[in-house]
Amino acid sequence: MFPRPIQQFSAPAQWLYTIALPIALVIWLFPLLGVALTSLRPASDLAQGNYFGMPSGIAWENYVFIFTQTPIGKYMVNSLWVTIPTVIGAVSLSLMTGFALAVYGFRANILVFFMFVAGNFVPFQILMVPVRDMTLQLGMYNTWYGLALFHIAFQTGFCTLFMRNFIKALPYELIEAARVEGVTEWRIFWYIVLPLMRPAIAALSVLVFTFIWNDFFWATVLTQGVDSQPITAGLSSLNGQWIAQWHLVSAGSILAALPPVAMFFLMQKHFIAGLTLGAVK
Amino acid sequence: MVHKMTGALALGAALMLSTSAFAQDKRVVTWNADYDPIPLAAAEALIADFEAANPEIDIQLTNFDHEGYKNAIRNFLTANPPDLANWYAANRMRPFVEAGLFADISDVWADNGLMEALASSVPSSTIDGKQYAIPYTYYQWGIYYNRDAYAAAGVEAPGPEGVSWDQFLANCEKFAAAGIDCVTTGSSALWPVAGIFDYVSLRTNGYEFHSDLAAGKVSWTSPEARAVFENLGKLQPFVTRNHAAIDWQDAAALFVQGKAANYVMGNFAVGVFKEGGMTNDNLGFMVFPEITAGIARAEEAPTDTIHLTSGAKNPEDAKTFLAYMASAEAQSKWNAAVGQLPTNKNATVDPADPFLTAGFEALSTATGGIAQFWDRDADAEYAKAGMEGFQQFLVQPEQLEAILGRLEQTRLRIYPQ
Amino acid sequence: MAMASKAGRWNQRRLAPWLFLAPGLFMFGVYVLWPIVQSISLSFYDWDGLYNRDGEFTGRFVGMGNYAELMRDPAFETSLWNNLKWLVLYMLALPIGLFIAIFLNQTVTGIRLYKSLFFFPFVISQVVVGLMFSWFYAPNFGLFYLLTESIFGRGTAILADPELVTYGIIAAGLWPQIAYVMILYLTGLNNVAPDQIEAARLDGAKGWRMLWYVVLPQLRPATFIAVIVTVIGALRSFDLVSIMTNGGPFGSSRVLSYYMFEMALGEYGFRMGYGAAIAVVLFLIMMVFISGFIWKMWRDERER
Repeated sequence: MFPRPIQQFSAPAQWLYTIALPIALVIWLFPLLGVALTSLRPASDLAQGNYFGMPSGIAWENYVFIFTQTPIGKYMVNSLWVTIPTVIGAVSLSLMTGFALAVYGFRANILVFFMFVAGNFVPFQILMVPVRDMTLQLGMYNTWYGLALFHIAFQTGFCTLFMRNFIKALPYELIEAARVEGVTEWRIFWYIVLPLMRPAIAALSVLVFTFIWNDFFWATVLTQGVDSQPITAGLSSLNGQWIAQWHLVSAGSILAALPPVAMFFLMQKHFIAGLTLGAVK
Repeated sequence: MVHKMTGALALGAALMLSTSAFAQDKRVVTWNADYDPIPLAAAEALIADFEAANPEIDIQLTNFDHEGYKNAIRNFLTANPPDLANWYAANRMRPFVEAGLFADISDVWADNGLMEALASSVPSSTIDGKQYAIPYTYYQWGIYYNRDAYAAAGVEAPGPEGVSWDQFLANCEKFAAAGIDCVTTGSSALWPVAGIFDYVSLRTNGYEFHSDLAAGKVSWTSPEARAVFENLGKLQPFVTRNHAAIDWQDAAALFVQGKAANYVMGNFAVGVFKEGGMTNDNLGFMVFPEITAGIARAEEAPTDTIHLTSGAKNPEDAKTFLAYMASAEAQSKWNAAVGQLPTNKNATVDPADPFLTAGFEALSTATGGIAQFWDRDADAEYAKAGMEGFQQFLVQPEQLEAILGRLEQTRLRIYPQ
Repeated sequence: MAMASKAGRWNQRRLAPWLFLAPGLFMFGVYVLWPIVQSISLSFYDWDGLYNRDGEFTGRFVGMGNYAELMRDPAFETSLWNNLKWLVLYMLALPIGLFIAIFLNQTVTGIRLYKSLFFFPFVISQVVVGLMFSWFYAPNFGLFYLLTESIFGRGTAILADPELVTYGIIAAGLWPQIAYVMILYLTGLNNVAPDQIEAARLDGAKGWRMLWYVVLPQLRPATFIAVIVTVIGALRSFDLVSIMTNGGPFGSSRVLSYYMFEMALGEYGFRMGYGAAIAVVLFLIMMVFISGFIWKMWRDERER
């Protein structure tokens, strides 16, 4: 193991480590903690310049305010409307593409695979003008499905890479045996491979959920206004209306961060498995 | 996949149908606006009045944040136009008119006698003989000052006629010694610095030269333009140091707290100053000091407007609402709530409001002329290049030559000689 | 099914991959591949994003005009330089992420929670990260400002300073990026062969030498992924710039991704062709890295 387990060090060193851990964590999460505390600070504290001293009280009313006086709740619902269909769509499509690329040795295989991988890395800006234009022409500008369809297509790149490598790691004999039995390809996919894909589906779902929830660029390009804007774009707009009201900006930020954070804590193992794909051989 | 797309479309249409089925059978007029909280509340009050008088019409206002709106407008005008949209008069609306995004509303003007009622705003609402805007408010710019800050620094507070330029600069020295910013602004959104530049320019060379400058007709390296920057340079050391990272509302907080003494701003800021705790007793207003002796005094008074979009789905009812916004009744009410001046000459102004009366006085005696504002007088792209230059000069005055060179290069590109 | 002829099954197996690929390929083609081609061709036009009444494209062919203008555009030059700063400084995420990973790679009580909490910043939207750092940097009351004020007697407002602003935004971006790299290295460290470490230890290798000669070589897959995601992160720096400064003060924090958006969709812009030309430059920069990645993957595939 590297580094040497701390248990093999002297007692003072172990002590030091135990103290260093929480201190390092507080420093690391400082911006987050500061904003979380500010979100509970009464507006009067900020007006009097009390930014970091003892708050004069805990102001849950900041959260009540943003829920009742601003459309933040609607923005969060909009985010779900974009995020959930995207997760379903991208995972479904990539299960099929991943299966095709992992199981069949056709000539263009590697070419198609690399195309998905490369597409996943292109800068968004090169897609922006044509995608916006196409979404407009199809009458899907400023709708949740217009945004979701793009996300599904784009995420298919990353998801295919993931699924293909996952299926490649499954025992190929299973498929061979089924073929000998005369099972059709579709049934092999549906009854043999799919049930084994649960961990991959879980990992990809949490990852895609987080990516899409946090997307700001496409939300800005393809939506506008309260009707369909997701929380990232909505928060940016609210920030412009809340200038100098940091207690509200902070509360909004914390709210926008909550769903992916909750997702991460609930599905931690899958999340990390998804992210670190390829980090080990 | 084509099926999937049309499927999604059909699903979306079904959703929309089901929501509209719940709404009453009102005719909807959509309106995109960019109001701060105070004017937003005033606009909502007007909508309520209008809907009470026209129960069959439903005005749906979508509010954007003020700065985000400027980036969103072109997008929504082409992609998903509302019936009505807020914007600004004069050159600022020209690109949208020329692109065919704003509709001709000369009929609204003619049918409601607006040529006469809004006489002073006809030029700024007209392009090629047609009207494209309903101006519903304007406001003076000038110097707002905090009497408490003057007292704290031991400086004699100016009267409404203001002070001389030399006196103003001398006062700045005293404020600096007392640790108070003489002039504050928050230029993170760029436009506030244009207010300072415009005044220095108007006072240095007068209205004619300033409007030629905004129109790209004169060179940035001309002696007159250099003189403007020279005077601006005298003010530069006394401007709030980190203005480039803060918004005008943040600077308003400094001003209210007495950390800054003077604020070159528009009258819409009075509401924010008063929300911060200032009163008519410690908030003062004066016109910008005279710099070059003998130049006829010109003032800045931007006009805010509403427009009918070319893609409007309900232009008839939208025009009814526009006529309402042009009326003396609506303008009296909205402007009283916001603290700005109505464009309708039959509208009333609260005589007890010292800032409105001072502003009205300053504008009606401005023999030099009335400028809109840098970013409304100049072409959009040119305006932005200019404001970046002004902001940079107020941060890095030593870069003057580089700034002028770049502005001149931009001018020659946009206005080929 | 047992009745299907051998030939039929052969055909089925040739056809099956394409049927499975069809939906994904179609979507990817429509939304990713075709737009790239369109953007490249659009970069040779001057177009305001509008169609005439008959629905016809109204762009005007200008050949290399947009690119020629880019060469003379000081804002483009600033953006390009800033992109370079992003690329270089973002690489700091690697050593810092590795350092934190080594720091946390222990088995003490609660370490799992510590690891999760250290990873936290990556899960949060960049919009929120941008707002947090704006608050941190805010002039007059921001913690960073107060800190510099207490040390130097005069506070530094990072986002108002044209020389420092880009570094301030990069620092904000590094925060989640380090977290990502850390988790990659933690996973990598978990899989370092213990016997090799023990063997090296018996040979007297310790500390830096152990890290450099024994551990890092085994972490190569993690390092490779980390480099790739960091490069992509650096070149996708749109969100933070947009939230924290809008490219200001006076354009000093612009990057290509933001400048492109500004030109194509901003109030002053709607120069779709010019924006497309900026996007093509960004795309070419990214292609250098993408090609490297694909080349490495291709080599790995052949080794299997």
